[in-house]
Amino acid sequence: MKGEAMQNLTRRNLLGLLRLAPAVPLAEHLLANPALAAETQTSARGLLQRRNFPNVKLQNQDGQEVRFYDDLIKDKIVTINFFYAKCEGICPTVTANLAKAQKILGDRVGKDIFMTSISLKPEHDTRAVLKEYADMFKARPGWSFLSGKPDDVEHLRRSLGFTNLDPRLDKDTSQHIGNVRMGNEPLMLWAACPGMARPEFIAKSILWMVRKG
Amino acid sequence: MYRNVLGEKVSKSRFREMQNAAKNRRELIAAGLGRRDLMKMGLLTAAGALLPIKGLSARRSPGSNSVCVTSFEPASPPTRPFLEPMPIMPIAQPVASLSPAPTVDPNTAAGEQRTRPHQALKLFPPKKLYQVSQRATQLSLHPELPLQTMWAFDDGTGPSFPGPTYVSRYGEANLVRNINQLPSEANNKTGFGLPSVSTHLHNGHTPSESDGFPCDFFERGHFYDQHYPNVLAGILSTHPGTGDINESLGTLFYHDHRLDHTAQNSYKGLVGTYLLFNHLDTGDETTGFRLPSFPEFDVPMMFADKLFDPESSPAGLLAFDLFSLDGVLGDKFLVNGKIQPFFKVKPRRYRFRWVNTGPSRFYEFFLTDPRNLSANNPFFVIANDGNLLPTPVQVESMRIGVAERTEVIIDFSKFAGKSIMLENRLNQVNGQGPVVGAECSLPEILPAGRGHQVLRFDVDSHPVKDESGEPQNMRFYDLPEIVEPRVTRTLRFDRLNGQWSINGQFIDCDTIRFAVEQNSAENWILENVTGDWTHPIHIHFEEHQIISRNFAPPALKVEHSRKDVTRLQPAERVQLFFRFRDFHGRYPLHCHNMVHEDHAMMGRWEIEPTGDNKVLP
Repeated sequence: MKGEAMQNLTRRNLLGLLRLAPAVPLAEHLLANPALAAETQTSARGLLQRRNFPNVKLQNQDGQEVRFYDDLIKDKIVTINFFYAKCEGICPTVTANLAKAQKILGDRVGKDIFMTSISLKPEHDTRAVLKEYADMFKARPGWSFLSGKPDDVEHLRRSLGFTNLDPRLDKDTSQHIGNVRMGNEPLMLWAACPGMARPEFIAKSILWMVRKG
Repeated sequence: MYRNVLGEKVSKSRFREMQNAAKNRRELIAAGLGRRDLMKMGLLTAAGALLPIKGLSARRSPGSNSVCVTSFEPASPPTRPFLEPMPIMPIAQPVASLSPAPTVDPNTAAGEQRTRPHQALKLFPPKKLYQVSQRATQLSLHPELPLQTMWAFDDGTGPSFPGPTYVSRYGEANLVRNINQLPSEANNKTGFGLPSVSTHLHNGHTPSESDGFPCDFFERGHFYDQHYPNVLAGILSTHPGTGDINESLGTLFYHDHRLDHTAQNSYKGLVGTYLLFNHLDTGDETTGFRLPSFPEFDVPMMFADKLFDPESSPAGLLAFDLFSLDGVLGDKFLVNGKIQPFFKVKPRRYRFRWVNTGPSRFYEFFLTDPRNLSANNPFFVIANDGNLLPTPVQVESMRIGVAERTEVIIDFSKFAGKSIMLENRLNQVNGQGPVVGAECSLPEILPAGRGHQVLRFDVDSHPVKDESGEPQNMRFYDLPEIVEPRVTRTLRFDRLNGQWSINGQFIDCDTIRFAVEQNSAENWILENVTGDWTHPIHIHFEEHQIISRNFAPPALKVEHSRKDVTRLQPAERVQLFFRFRDFHGRYPLHCHNMVHEDHAMMGRWEIEPTGDNKVLP
C-alpha cells in the first residue's frame, strides 16, 4: 500500500514537473524528452530491459507476431523456458510439468501471469508444429509457444542466460538449459528453478514473484 | 563479434573504448605506487607497458574451446586501492527486554512467522536478548563510487554492513528477534533482492526452528524469534549436562538464506559474524589458550567480491547478474564492507577470523611483501570453519571456498614499519571454481604480486607488549572420536541440462529426502559428477570430519579438523563422518556456491527419533 502511494506520488510529481496533462501517456513524453528517456534507460529496470530482454519479433502458436519485451514481458509476471518440439530428452517432462503448474495457477495465467516457451529450433518449429505441440500438452490461454528468426532466438537465449559455460555443451541443443525462469518485470524480481522439479514447486516458485506489498 | 561484460553485442570501436577504459583503470589503481613498486609487483614490464590483469566478471562467455576461458572485459569503474581504513563491525548490543516477550509457540497473533515451537527455550533460557531488523541503508563502499543502497542488520544502534558481531559465551543462550523491515518490492529500485528473509547461523548447534532453514522465510512487517542455546554438541546425549568440549565452535557466519534468493540477499549486505568464547578460548591473551585478546588483536574479516555497473545512473551502482546459473564473480574486493581498505596494525601477533561471504568465489590468501615478492611469509592457521584445530599449522597460504572460515595468527613483529599485502592468488575466471586441470593454459596460483590485493596491512614500527602465546606451543582441542556409522549414504552432485541436482533431485521445501536418527552417527559420501566444477558443500547442524578424499586421508593438515563446508573438487569422492545429536527437525545440505544453491542444488533432510536406511537418498 505504502509503496503504491509512493509510486503514484512520484509519477504525479514527475507529471507536474513536466507540466503534462495526466491523461497523456507518459511514454510518449519520455520519447519526446531524450534526457528523461536516457535516465529511464539507466535505471535498474531500464538496464535489465536493455541487457536481458531484447525486443525481438517472434511468432506464437496462433500465428500472431509479438515483440518479446513489449508484448510478452513488460509489466507482467512471467515464466520463460526453451524447448523444441522434437526434443526427446528433458522437454516432454518440463513441458508436462509446466502444463500442471498452469493448471495449479488456474485463471491467473492469462491475467497477471504469462508463460512463454521459446523454440530452440525455430526453422523446424513452424506455427503449425507449435500449435500441435501446445495442444498435445493441453496448454491453456496465457501460455505462448514461440518461434522466430534463428539469430533472434539465439540472441534471446544468450540475453536470458540459458547458456552452458562449456562451449561444446552450449552448441549441443540436446544439452540445452532445462531451467524455467520466473520473474516480475516491473518489480525486477527474477529467479529460476529446474523444469524437472515437481509442478507444485514450480507453481509455488512462480507465486513468490507476486508482490507481497 | 564483440561483446561487453554483460554479453551484449558491441561495436568494435566500443570494444576498443572498453579495453582502453580497462587500461586506464589499471593505471589508476597503480597511481598510488611508484614505477619501481609496479615493476616489483609485476604490474609493469621493463618496456613500461602495463601487464593485462585477468579476473573480471564471470558473465556468460561465448568462450573458445575450453571451459577455462572467460570474458575479461572491463566491468566496474576504476577505484584506487587502500584509500580507507578497514572497518571493524560493531559488537551487537542486547536489549533489556522484548515486547511481546518471546514465547515457546510461534506468536502468530503478534506477527511472528515461525512455524514450529522452540524445542529448547525452557531448557536453555536466554541470558541475552537481541532485537535486530533487516533494513535498507545508504552506504559508501569506496569514496570513488556513489552511495549504495545496501541491506543491513540493525541491532537498534544503527544499520551495519556487514552486520554487527555477536559476542557470545558457551552456557549463555541468546534469543534474537529478527524483524523484516526491508523496503517493499515496489520501493526496491536497485534491481535485485527479495524482501523475504531467513537468517541462518552457519555452524551453530541450533535447533531446527532457529537454524534459518531456507524455507523458513518470513515477510516484511513480520518477525521471527531465533533461539541460540550456545551449547556444546552432546549436551543432551553423549555428554549429558556439559557437551563435548572438543566440539567447541568459535567463528560462526550469519547470513540470509532465503530459498532461491540467498545469493542476491547476502550480496546485498545481509551477512555478519557470531563469535563464541568459553573458559579456554577466553578472548583474553593472559588466560586459557592465550590467543590474542578480543577485540583489539582478534579481528573478524569478512571477504566479498562485487561488481559495480559502469552504466547505471549514477555510474558505479552495485550490480548483480540475476540471469547467471553458474555463479557470479566480482572484480572489486571488499573487506568488512570497504573495497581494498588498509588496516593499521602493531608489530605483534593478531588473530584474524576470515570469512568468505561469497557468492561464488574461492580465495587462496598469501601475505605478500611488495618489496620482496620472492619471500615466503608464513603464518599459522589455528581453526578451520571456525573450529580450533588440535594444534596450529604453519602455512604459506590458506584456501577458503564460499562460506568456509579460517582463523589465523599473523605475527607482524617481523614486518615492523612495513606494508604487507593480503593477496588472493587463486585464479578463478568463472562460476566453475578455481582454475584446475591440464586443459587450462591458465595457472591455478597466480605469481606473487599478480593476484588480488584485497587488503594492505600497515605495520607500526614501535614495539608493543604481546602477552599472547607462541602459536608453535599451543594445543587446542582433540578431534572428536569417530565411531561406527549407523548408515553410509551417497550424495551425487550433478548437473542435468543446466539443472543443479543432488542424486538427480532438486530442493523442494515439502520433500524430505531422508531421515537421520537422532543421536546416531553416519558416513556421507559426496561425489562430484559435474566435471570441472568445484562445489563447496555445506551441511547444516553438527560439524563433520573428512575421512577421505578419493579414498586417501586429506593431504592438507588443516583438513584434519572439524568442518561444515567441504570443497568437493573435480572428480572427487569425499567421505565424511557426522553425528546428529541433541535436537531434531529439518535441515538442508547444499552447495554453497550461492548461485547453485539458489538453483536447487539442495536437499532437505530431517533428524527424527527413528532414522531410515536410504543409502542413495
